[in-house]
Amino acid sequence: MLQVQHISKAFGGVKATDDVTLDFATGSLTAVIGPNGAGKSTFFNLITGALKPDTGRILLDGTDLVGRSPPDIVRHGIGRAFQVASIFPSLTVGEAMLAAVGADQRRAGVLHRRFPLAETRDRAEYAMELLGLAGKRDRTAATLSHGDQKLLDIALALVLEPKVLLLDEPTAGMGTEERWRMIERVHELWTREKITVVFIEHDMDIVFKIAPSIVVLCYGRILATGTPDEIRKNSAVIEAYLGTEHHAGAA
Amino acid sequence: MSEVRAETSVVTRSADSARPRPWYFDILIAIVAFAILVTLPMLFTSKALPDFVIRCAAFGLFATSLNLLVGYTGMISFGHGMFFGLGAYGFGLLMQRADVSIPTAIVCTLLISAVAAVVIGAICVRLKEIYFAFVTLAFQMLIHSVILSWQPLTGGDQGLRGGIKRPVFWGIDLSNHTHLYIFSCALLVIGLLLMRQIAQSPFGYTLRMIRDNPVRASFIGINVWRAKLTVFVLAAIFASVGGIIMSLFVSGAYPEFAYWTISGEGIFINMLGGVTTFLGPMVGTVLLLILNDTATRLTEHYGLVLGVVILFFALGLRKGLMDFVVDWLQSRRESSKGRHS
Repeated sequence: MLQVQHISKAFGGVKATDDVTLDFATGSLTAVIGPNGAGKSTFFNLITGALKPDTGRILLDGTDLVGRSPPDIVRHGIGRAFQVASIFPSLTVGEAMLAAVGADQRRAGVLHRRFPLAETRDRAEYAMELLGLAGKRDRTAATLSHGDQKLLDIALALVLEPKVLLLDEPTAGMGTEERWRMIERVHELWTREKITVVFIEHDMDIVFKIAPSIVVLCYGRILATGTPDEIRKNSAVIEAYLGTEHHAGAA
Repeated sequence: MSEVRAETSVVTRSADSARPRPWYFDILIAIVAFAILVTLPMLFTSKALPDFVIRCAAFGLFATSLNLLVGYTGMISFGHGMFFGLGAYGFGLLMQRADVSIPTAIVCTLLISAVAAVVIGAICVRLKEIYFAFVTLAFQMLIHSVILSWQPLTGGDQGLRGGIKRPVFWGIDLSNHTHLYIFSCALLVIGLLLMRQIAQSPFGYTLRMIRDNPVRASFIGINVWRAKLTVFVLAAIFASVGGIIMSLFVSGAYPEFAYWTISGEGIFINMLGGVTTFLGPMVGTVLLLILNDTATRLTEHYGLVLGVVILFFALGLRKGLMDFVVDWLQSRRESSKGRHS
């Protein structure tokens, strides 16, 4: 279980994350929503060690992760995909996956053997299969379509066999149809792998349809948490987020 | 709102990683190359040829080791020549002052370079691009001025003079020019083979990942700082082997070996030959030395000729010679594939 307890982070006077406390049950699927600047990405950066919280604790199965480096936190089982696909442009899909597995098996520094290592193959293959990248294993990452680059980004996190997978806007920059395909993949991966998945999403239709539980952030604070039905009916959420959205839609 | 955004500087894809070959293939090539090098002086009686090859060995090892940093890891060091200089001076001094055998002196020299690289690397490798380049350059200048000013030990601007003793070891007599030639070729081939292994090892792919996207590399659990320091030290060791060959060749060591222009030449060689193939820097070394020898013979304006050539490669081809050849072969293969289908 991933527990976030009273974490805060301020940039100058701006409180990007303000006393956030949340529990993510093992095997749960949670969407994080909130208007631009609500602190969603900062929240991910705090969990993954890219930023250090000013106060608070982050516990993964009881181990405090605050103050650890990103590689260390990855090794504790928190994987992450990025809003802008973060890949290795000059490596092929297959090479990147094999190298990622090698890093997870603590073989990133091996000098006396040749790449790729035989023992990395099965896991790399499995993750590529799961995300539909197996047919593109010999493609250089830079030549992939935007959607495939996002999938590769997720695959790079998934191949490390994390306990918790954080997806920062998996559907960013995609058209409607592609969004749904992407989110179905995410959903499928969640049901098959039975890991804890937390994702940031802007599209309300997607969130309400797919996420069993939702967290609404606003100005760094938790505005509401609950099931899609509870969130839909929550007056604070309607006012702060959904309302303005609908209003903007009408205007 | 701060986003962790990876800088994705697109580097042209390393052509050699597309088709992985078994490790013994490299050894086969190395044996053939060594055999060719050894027979060269028998085929051509030119006295200048062995000297040329020995210089190629020294600078080739140096430039290829620099490519481990520049091409494979994306660390552009402007001070890599300091390890070439340390190799030359370390070896020369050990042979002149300490009564040790040549193998012992070589091992000790490489150890000294490695220790220096650990200390300097620990300070430098955290720095980004231009800062890394300039701080390595600063260390180079520091070492150069230490060599100049520590006259009792290094001979100051006169360099290490009086020649280097060459006691016979394992039946090898390095005062014999043929022995020295074969010994240099052996060091070159073994050095290249080891660096090739580094480049094709899992660690070599860790380096490529760091070059492509260090942020992402750290998020798949790679300790970027440690990997960079490791390759910095490894590259320094191979650069010193180049320095040792040079020291044996000139039977001494001169402050120019540790001057920043050596680093500059290393970068230049990499630009000439290209950094996306393993042998690019080796090709660049041969090109530069030929250029150097012909230009100095024909004109006093050596720098001018070199400048024109570098402009041609930088602005005309926009890549090194080997990059150009590989791209050309690839486009030819693709166009012929297109015709057949």
